[in-house]
Amino acid sequence: MDIGKELVLEMYRKMHRIRNFEQKIKDLTTAGEIPGFAHVSIGEEATAVGVCSALRPTDRITSTHRGHGHLIAKGGDVARMMAEIYGKRTGYCKGKGGSMHIADFSLGILGANGIVGGGIPIATGSALAAKLAKTGEVTACFFGDGAANEGTFHESLNLASIWKLPVIYICENNGFGEFTPTAAVTSVKDIAVRAKGYDIPGYVVDGNDVFEVYRHTSEAAARARAGEGPTLLECKTYRWEGHVVGEGAFISGKYRTEEEVARWKARCPIIALEKAVLESGMLKRDELDRVAQQAREEVEAAVQFARQSPLPEPSEANEDLWI
Amino acid sequence: MALITYREALNQALREELDRDERVFIMGEEVGYFGGAFKVTDGLIATYGEKRVRDTPISELTIVGAGVGAAMGGLRPVVELMTINFALLAIDQIVNTAAKARYMFGGQTKVPLVIRAPQGGGHQLGAQHSQSLEAYFVHCPGIRVALPATAADAKGMLKYAIRQEDPVMFLEHESLYGMKGEVPEDEDYLVPFGQAKVVREGKDVTIIAYSKTVHDALIAADLLENQGTDAEVIDLRTLNPLDIATVLESVRKTARAVVVYEGWLTGGAGAEVAAQIYQAAFDDLDAPIQRVASADVPMPYNRHLEAAALPSPDKIVRAVERIS
Ligand SMILES: Cc1ncc(C[n+]2csc(CCOP(=O)(O)OP(=O)(O)O)c2C)c(N)n1
Repeated sequence: MDIGKELVLEMYRKMHRIRNFEQKIKDLTTAGEIPGFAHVSIGEEATAVGVCSALRPTDRITSTHRGHGHLIAKGGDVARMMAEIYGKRTGYCKGKGGSMHIADFSLGILGANGIVGGGIPIATGSALAAKLAKTGEVTACFFGDGAANEGTFHESLNLASIWKLPVIYICENNGFGEFTPTAAVTSVKDIAVRAKGYDIPGYVVDGNDVFEVYRHTSEAAARARAGEGPTLLECKTYRWEGHVVGEGAFISGKYRTEEEVARWKARCPIIALEKAVLESGMLKRDELDRVAQQAREEVEAAVQFARQSPLPEPSEANEDLWI
Repeated sequence: MALITYREALNQALREELDRDERVFIMGEEVGYFGGAFKVTDGLIATYGEKRVRDTPISELTIVGAGVGAAMGGLRPVVELMTINFALLAIDQIVNTAAKARYMFGGQTKVPLVIRAPQGGGHQLGAQHSQSLEAYFVHCPGIRVALPATAADAKGMLKYAIRQEDPVMFLEHESLYGMKGEVPEDEDYLVPFGQAKVVREGKDVTIIAYSKTVHDALIAADLLENQGTDAEVIDLRTLNPLDIATVLESVRKTARAVVVYEGWLTGGAGAEVAAQIYQAAFDDLDAPIQRVASADVPMPYNRHLEAAALPSPDKIVRAVERIS
């Protein structure tokens, strides 16, 4: 494998961080301890981590309503993320943003966005800035299969193509937009083929294979840095949990079968990584276990930090609108 | 009369109009098999089928634009936007076509399109999912803007909207869906637009509200009664057309007015109401008109900050106290 041991351990650490963080969010939302909409990404960890591991710290990303994983993969601090979701002053957005709007601009994260497809032109513009400033930075743009039916997707791919912008469009195809199967509302089986219409490369990628995602992203980033323009990567994956935590309370009927969920759980991206590195002899079980344990502890500590953090004062509602 | 929720009242209105007129159809995200994000279209696909209850891709601009075209083509579409926040993706078709077509084409065409959308804050959904955007549409000539506050109005106004020959923005408040009220069962129960309603009579001050703020105003009126102030509460029901006559009649009696709305204070629909009162009844006022609205900031997520930003019964009471 062309990926070194240290990087693999880092990928493994981040996937566990995401898994634990999301599980915690799910439990705390279910328990009523945290409010709002929680869109968790359990099962989709390999896409976030595979992409961000192939980026440089100065590269940028745009994220979505299902964005916790992207943030963690780009280096986000789980304590400040958790505090934000608790609405605390120590959170990334001082309690003003919430789950759908966590961001760390110092890490090149240009925001999670609660508007489906809203991040796509922003990533495109971020790539324009990098191109004009000749910084060599690339921007990776995460969005769902549902977002690929918004105008912003089509308009952005066209623009990035004609201007040869250093942007990588990452469509996380998890099979559903809310409760509607992708196939019911999408003209093509593979969203990657839409790249053809904009004369850019498009690839279908196994989104549950962190190494495959990493390799595709590395190639796309190299192309982007070489001035060859954008790439569309469609990462096929699956969300194990509902569209939103607690959806059982308000949806009638089922939109997917237990068997389908079980089939995807059997393709767990974390276990797939473990198997690969144990079989190749690159890492030992206890090395992995130690990292997994650390990730659990980090998330527990994040919850303690969030609980103990102060609430913002009501007057802070009027701060930060202007410089 | 039947005691049903605002949500059920809307569902009934849709059923009755689907039954009454085969040109009526529904389209939007999740409106079919999942019965709508707020369950307003629950069960309709089972009765009316995929032809008349159409699940769409996530493509707001095109959903609304297709509604315009379908209306021009002779149908009577009821388009659901999952929430008003996403109407901002569709505002081009709303403002540049739906609202203008009849006029711009010299009366040759019409756009009998209803765009339904839930709106409002208070659920800690943050800046992009908590907005009240009625002012955007009130500003634009050529489109009606309706905001029912009760289950009965929800039904009667939606039925009326669907029977209109012109486009309607039909804005429902997310906090009202579960609220129950007595609703007439008559299939021709219609609540015509442009008729504000005095929902509480009083002589000391007029509180003018619409949508959820009507309920805030009623709570405020009860609190004020304890301190000896007798408030009249008016539910505007539609902002276009605006029934200013009912408002003026009340203000001439009470000589004091407070306008309450959940949109941002600046440029909000209530500012227009205040301006019209000043213009027509300046001499009848004993005190400056007060406005109670959302603070001029994107909606913050934290519960305390959100409460600080939203209008509330307490804030209405304080506004009345300022001019009493
Ligand atoms: C413009 C817009 N329309 C609708 C919504 C409501 N909504 C939130 S998530 C979602 C589904 C998005 O599906 P997809 O892009 O595939 O992402 P996923 O949730 O599967 O990760 C919808 C319709 C929204 N937030 N923004």
